[in-house]
Amino acid sequence: MSALAQLLYMASATLFVLGVRFLGSPASARSGNRLLAIGMLLALGTTVAFAPRYDHVAWVALVALVGGTIGVVSARRVRMTAMPQMVAVFNGLGGGSAALVAAGGWSGASGSAAWLALLTMLLGAVSFGGSIIAFLKLQEWLRVDMRLSLALRVLGLAVVAAAVAGAGLMGASGHGGVGAALGVMAAAAAGGALLTLPIGGADMPVVISLLNALTGLSAAATGFVLQNQLLIIAGTLVGASGTILTQQMSRAMHRSLINVIWGGQVAQGEALSADGTVQPITPDDTAMLLRYAKKVVVVPGYGLAVARAQLEVKQVIDLLQGFGVEVLFGIHPVAGRMPGHMNVLLAEADVSYDQLWEMDRINPRFRDTDVVLVVGANDVTNPAARTAVGSPLYGMPILNVDEARNVIVLKRSMGRGFAGVDNPLYVDAKTRMLFGDAKHSLGALVRELETAQ
Amino acid sequence: MSLIAELYIFVLAVLAGFQVIAKVPSILHTPLMSATNAIHGIILVGALVLAFSVHGTASLAIALTAVLFASINLVGGFVVTDRILGMFRSDREAGRSS
Repeated sequence: MSALAQLLYMASATLFVLGVRFLGSPASARSGNRLLAIGMLLALGTTVAFAPRYDHVAWVALVALVGGTIGVVSARRVRMTAMPQMVAVFNGLGGGSAALVAAGGWSGASGSAAWLALLTMLLGAVSFGGSIIAFLKLQEWLRVDMRLSLALRVLGLAVVAAAVAGAGLMGASGHGGVGAALGVMAAAAAGGALLTLPIGGADMPVVISLLNALTGLSAAATGFVLQNQLLIIAGTLVGASGTILTQQMSRAMHRSLINVIWGGQVAQGEALSADGTVQPITPDDTAMLLRYAKKVVVVPGYGLAVARAQLEVKQVIDLLQGFGVEVLFGIHPVAGRMPGHMNVLLAEADVSYDQLWEMDRINPRFRDTDVVLVVGANDVTNPAARTAVGSPLYGMPILNVDEARNVIVLKRSMGRGFAGVDNPLYVDAKTRMLFGDAKHSLGALVRELETAQ
Repeated sequence: MSLIAELYIFVLAVLAGFQVIAKVPSILHTPLMSATNAIHGIILVGALVLAFSVHGTASLAIALTAVLFASINLVGGFVVTDRILGMFRSDREAGRSS
C-alpha cells in the first residue's frame, strides 16, 4: 500500500478518535458523529481509490447501494422505543460481516494471520447469532421458557466449544476451504444464539454492550488478518467502548458479567414479600398533589417505553412547570433495554437534557423532593436493594425515591418486577399507586391539570 | 508490517479508546453505542478489498454478503445516531437550535 494511502488512513483514524471525543458532551455530540462519518467516507474513498484490483466492481457497487438504502430507510423509520432492537441488528450485521471477511481471507493467510482469521470468524459469528436473538427477544417475537435456561446454556457452551475445536482443527491442519469455514461460523453463530436465548429482558443493557464489544474486537482482529491498521484502530475503539459500557451496566446492576450470562434470571432467588397494604390513588388526587408540590422528580423505566408514553410525560411536566413546580428526571443507568435508553425517549419528547439527571446526581435531592412520579420502573426503585440482605437485588445501586415526601407509582397492575421480588416501596406509607396503562394514566393527569388552571 | 508493530497500534488504541470513552456521560450512552456501532461498519473496507479480488462463485457470494451486511451497518448506524442526537436539546441553547 502506498504511503499516500497510509496517510489518508491515518487522517481517518484521527477523525475517529476526535469524533468519539466529541461524543462526550451533548452540545458537541452531533458534530462528533459527523466527524466520524467524514472519517468513514475518507477511509472508504481511500480503499476504493487504492484497491489493487477492481473485479466484480458492478456487483459490489450494486450490493453496497442496496445495503446503504436498507440502512437509511430502517434508520429513519425505527421508533425511538425500538432503538435497542435496531442497535442489536446493526451490531449483528457488523459481526457477521467481519466473520465473512475473515472466512474469505482465510485461505490466503498463513501463520498468525490464519489463526487471527479463525478467531475473527468465531467472534464475529458469536456476535451475529447473539445479536439476532437479542433483536428477536427485544422485538418480543421470541419468548423462552425459563425452565429451559440451564439446558440452553449448556448446549450453547457445547456448540461454541465445538466451533472452537473445529477452528482449531482448521488452523492446525491448514486445510479446510470455504465449506469448513462456513461450518465453523454456523456453529459459532448457533452457540451465540443459544447462550443469548435465556438472558432476560432486564439484562439486555449488559448483553447489548457485550455484543457491541465483541463485534468491535472482531473488526480489529480482521485488521490483523488484512494488515490494515485503520481496521485495528477503529475496531479497538468500538471494543473499548463496548467493554466500558458492559462494566458500567454490570456495576449498575451489582452483578458480575458471568452472573448475567450464566446466572441469568434471579427469579429462583428467595422472593421477598413485603407486608402492608397497597394504597391506590385517583388521577385527580394525583394532579392536586403534583400541582401544589414545589419539587417533583419523575423516574422513568422500561414501562414508559412499552406504553410509548413519553409525549404524555412531557405534557405533564410542561403543565407542572407552568404552575411553577420544579421538575427533574432521575435516570438509573440500566433503566430500559440499552444504555441511555430513557434519555433518548425523553429527548424525542423534547425534554431538555438539562433536566435529565443521573443517579448519583439526583439521589441526594430526593430528601427535599415533594413528589416522585415513578413511571414504569420497578427494580431500580426497590429499597430492598439497600436493606434486605437475602434479596436477589441486595447491593444494587438504586434511586432512593423512598426518601421523598410522597411517591406516586404508575403501574398497570400489582405484578412483580423482573427480579421476582415484591417491591416494599409499593406498601410504604408514603406511596400511592395509580393503576392503569401509563399512557392512559398520564393522559388523565394532563386533563386534570388542564382543568386545575 | 510486522505483527509486533500491529500489536503496538492495538495496545495504544485500547488506551486511547478507554481515555476518550470513559468521559462520555450516561445521558449519551445510546448515541455512543449507535455511533460505535457505525464505526465497526469500517469492516466494509475489508469487505470491499475482498470482493474486488476474490475468485469463484462461492467466495464472491461470501464477499458480497459481507459488503451487504457492512453497508447496512455503516450507513444505518450513522443515520440513526444523527437522528438521535438531533433530538437532544438544552434549555440554554433552545433559542438558537431548531
